[in-house]
Amino acid sequence: MKDLSLYILDIAMNSVRAGARHIEIRLEEADHLLKLTVKDDGCGMTAQQVERLSDPFFTTRKTRKVGLGIPFLRMLAEMTGGGVSISSKPESEGEGHGTEVEATFRTDHIDFIPIGDVSETLLTLIQGNPDTDFCFVHKAKGTDVCLDTAEMRKILGGDVPLNSYEVLSFIREYLRDMYDQK
Amino acid sequence: MKSLAELAAIREQMKDKVALRTGSGAVRVVVGMATCGISAGARPVLNAFVEEVSKEGLTDKVMVTQTGCIGICQYEPVVEVFEDGKDKVTYVKMTAEKAKRVVEEHLKGGKPVGEYLIGNTKL
Repeated sequence: MKDLSLYILDIAMNSVRAGARHIEIRLEEADHLLKLTVKDDGCGMTAQQVERLSDPFFTTRKTRKVGLGIPFLRMLAEMTGGGVSISSKPESEGEGHGTEVEATFRTDHIDFIPIGDVSETLLTLIQGNPDTDFCFVHKAKGTDVCLDTAEMRKILGGDVPLNSYEVLSFIREYLRDMYDQK
Repeated sequence: MKSLAELAAIREQMKDKVALRTGSGAVRVVVGMATCGISAGARPVLNAFVEEVSKEGLTDKVMVTQTGCIGICQYEPVVEVFEDGKDKVTYVKMTAEKAKRVVEEHLKGGKPVGEYLIGNTKL
């Protein structure tokens, strides 16, 4: 994958597939260290599943025998001198279930790739999952972006889906404005 | 600077439109969005479909959705078109440019774009 925004889309899709209703995506940059957090309230995983997650030959899907999402993310993070840590609580253990993936990257490392267009990643997620709450935060020097679809849904009322074209276009411009603001 | 308050105006504008849209989607465009699709470039393909379908005024008829891996990763980005009473059409190795043509010729014009079909594509 050519930029970090595609990795973020891929990891957030795991949360979608886990049946999450609320997905939080955070990007925090300071002192050449970038921290990415994707946190959900989905079905979670057992300790055994978490342990096997970085094994490319582990997947729960039926259409192919490999699962490369987490291995890709781990490879990129470790190449830059960072790492990935995952904590999860399965549904079977009751309340508070879900998964949190945290990846760190050294942005001054030669193997670090551009962050890319995170807005397009968010739009793709919202388009495909209009009923899921996405909370996005990007904090860095000169950047302070925040988007909460739950808040938007309140203003829109129950009749206008978040993935109608008019709303998606608004979100695109809204994010662009926030990114352009210095 | 955009403000969230603009959403209230969108809500007002769409009051009548939304009622019409429910029960729509005679045609379904499904874009593969698993790791394989994403790394092959599915994101711009999906967003091009969303954009073009709306520009061409097809939102009442065409629904653009996402799916996971369908098992032909080497052909990604893969787009399937489902239409009532017709065979499924599978486009492979898609790009945003190709998506535009599919919207124009297939979704609007009713004729699938032969050269992008899985049967006519060599790896």
